[in-house]
Amino acid sequence: MDKFIYLDNAATTRTSPTVVEAMLPYFSEYYGNASGIYSIGVKSKEAISESREIIASTLGARPEEIYFTGGGSESDNWALKATAEAFGMRMQEPKTIGFRKRGYETLLPEDTAPVKNHIITTKIEHHAILHTCEYLQKQGIEVTYLNVDENGQVRPEELERAIRPETFLISVMFANNEVGTIQPIREIGEIAKKHGILFHTDAVQAYAHLPINVEELHIDMLSASAHKLNGPKGVGFLYIRRNLRIASFIHGGAQERKRRAGTENVPGIVGFGQAAKEAFETMEKRSAYETELRDYLIARILREIPYSRLNGHRTKRLSNNANFSFQFVEGETLLIMLDMEGICGSSGSACTSGSMDPSHVLLSLGLPEDLAHGSLRLTLSSETTREEIDTAVETIKKIVERLRSMSPQYEDFCRRM
Amino acid sequence: MDKKKVVVGMSGGVDSSVAAYLLKEAGYDVIGVTMEIWPEESGEDMSLHGGCCGLSASQDAARVAQKLGIPHYVMNFREEFRENVIDYFMEEYLAGRTPNPCIACNRYVKWESLLKRSLMLGADYIATGHYARVEQLPNGRYAIRRSVTAAKDQTYALYNLTQEQLSRTLMPVGEYEKPQIRAIAEQLHLPVAHKPDSQEICFVPDQDYAGFIERNSGRTIPKGNFVTADGTILGQHKGITHYTIGQRKGLNLAMGHPVFVTEIRPETNEVVIGEAEDVFTDRLICDHLNFMSIPDIKDALRVTAKIRYNHAGAPARVSRIAEDRAEVVFDEPVRAVTPGQAVVFYDEDYVIGGGTILRPFM
Repeated sequence: MDKFIYLDNAATTRTSPTVVEAMLPYFSEYYGNASGIYSIGVKSKEAISESREIIASTLGARPEEIYFTGGGSESDNWALKATAEAFGMRMQEPKTIGFRKRGYETLLPEDTAPVKNHIITTKIEHHAILHTCEYLQKQGIEVTYLNVDENGQVRPEELERAIRPETFLISVMFANNEVGTIQPIREIGEIAKKHGILFHTDAVQAYAHLPINVEELHIDMLSASAHKLNGPKGVGFLYIRRNLRIASFIHGGAQERKRRAGTENVPGIVGFGQAAKEAFETMEKRSAYETELRDYLIARILREIPYSRLNGHRTKRLSNNANFSFQFVEGETLLIMLDMEGICGSSGSACTSGSMDPSHVLLSLGLPEDLAHGSLRLTLSSETTREEIDTAVETIKKIVERLRSMSPQYEDFCRRM
Repeated sequence: MDKKKVVVGMSGGVDSSVAAYLLKEAGYDVIGVTMEIWPEESGEDMSLHGGCCGLSASQDAARVAQKLGIPHYVMNFREEFRENVIDYFMEEYLAGRTPNPCIACNRYVKWESLLKRSLMLGADYIATGHYARVEQLPNGRYAIRRSVTAAKDQTYALYNLTQEQLSRTLMPVGEYEKPQIRAIAEQLHLPVAHKPDSQEICFVPDQDYAGFIERNSGRTIPKGNFVTADGTILGQHKGITHYTIGQRKGLNLAMGHPVFVTEIRPETNEVVIGEAEDVFTDRLICDHLNFMSIPDIKDALRVTAKIRYNHAGAPARVSRIAEDRAEVVFDEPVRAVTPGQAVVFYDEDYVIGGGTILRPFM
């Protein structure tokens, strides 16, 4: 591969060499099944509990509240579907039958009446949340999607107004993956606690980038993923507050205290633990470094490229996230040309098919469709250098200029000025 | 000198995959692009489409590009496709005509939009896997020429390209026969060597046009009367979008002998029924003219005219009768001249130009 500048760390990160090193013995040396009673099985089991302890300590949680999963999307799915099942799914059956055969409802026993069937979330969640909510709506669950302000923040008073007696879950992401805006999680946690409603947060972008204490923030469930913090892909966890009784998501063996069956991804879990340890040790320094570099990038772009704007909150944003819109520039073409110059950026969520529709997040921030189409997300890491940022800025300037010089809309605009 | 840069529209099918290969071999700097054109679908419906630009298209194209060692990108053309192809398709049917959406797609989406974006990327050309050739003639003009294989001629749907578009177009597949193209794909172990050809109208996979229009236009298509040319009511039709000129099947009229659709009258919501010979005519009027091998027609011109994709072509004389309007007179009557379809004029292998059929001239 040719030399390239990687500015898409919100999509995924480089697995750090020390993480890889920690994982390696668990492929061919200590390959035992953690359920085995023999020593190499026990070795695996110990490694898993060590990772669990590291991760629990980073959140102010207990080890038995950490459940390893196959990644952030699985954790989100589990949190939503299992709580919906515990609280609201009982209405599914009568509703379906009633729909098919009118009048049949009356024959059903009374205890099938819905208990609680309402979820509150936001319009700017990751698709792992939004599409799961759409799925649950088809099963009869009601969902309120909160608006956000122009910076991408939820208004706590609006959240509180949306609460109904039937609300069983509030799910609000910790920080947004596209624009990096950090949500007022403390206020949201307090509201949830006050009303006795479960609070889940998708912290895939925030975990190990921001300090999080689940006790202080009244978080009942939290999703995270290893590959966003220089860990391996394919492993995540769901924090579930003790005493919270939600069902298993993957049925099978007794792994993860019978709540997530399947032979553990031991190397992955070990890698996750190592990555979390490293990330928390370096968090303060790393985030100071990234913030400085991010602000330098933002300042240069906004100063040197006319008709550009920063999307998301100016300060309450992830230390490594910058998201821009350039008027009269098609984001898709910009990204392709950046790639041709060896610069890896993105339009936002990498989880879409590869081609761009206007971002649901940017539309929710109130951007007009053409600007929502033309966004560029650059996400840094502790390995990003100032020289790389300079090269990126110069390249973006050059490409934006070229694309504008070929845009009839821009020509029109200049003529009218 | 820098290599010339070409963007190849890759559908994931055999033809465009081999086109990319041929251009790379010829020394071009090749970039593969798959155009996403259909409205986004929910996950569960994903497997339904497999045609020309289906959702597996970008994945197949990406695999081919990887195999060929060329970069590959997916570009979103959904808006352009909806406006210029789907909306046009529905409006034409609702107006009692039978459109050819491939022609609109070629002119406005595959060429206009893709070319524009490719030029922005710094490309010199765009290329496709069509069975056709582009040639610059001694008079300086660019024209589409039939491919070497008559069996897979795709020139009909390309008559509407402009000179500017043609001057920046490469069609390497036009020099080959289909079996040769498949053989090349097999030799290269391209993962798509055995994919079936795409056909019919790609965005209506079940071929139920009337149902598609009803679902997507938000209009209910009213039933109306089958009538004879002089207005005698013969029965009830299902809505004009269900019919096309020359149609015999699905009329559900018990006349004791075969009858055919001869005319669709959107203003009175009538479908006119006639005998076999009523479907023949020797004249038509066309508009939306586009010329390729010549700048324009002055005097009457002898041509071979094709009135639909699978028509063999018939000798005719074309003459200009007004601004953007021409009359075509065939030597022998032709069957089912259908408003909305294109009439394309050929001089041997070369496309002279063409237009949209406005009406037969009775």
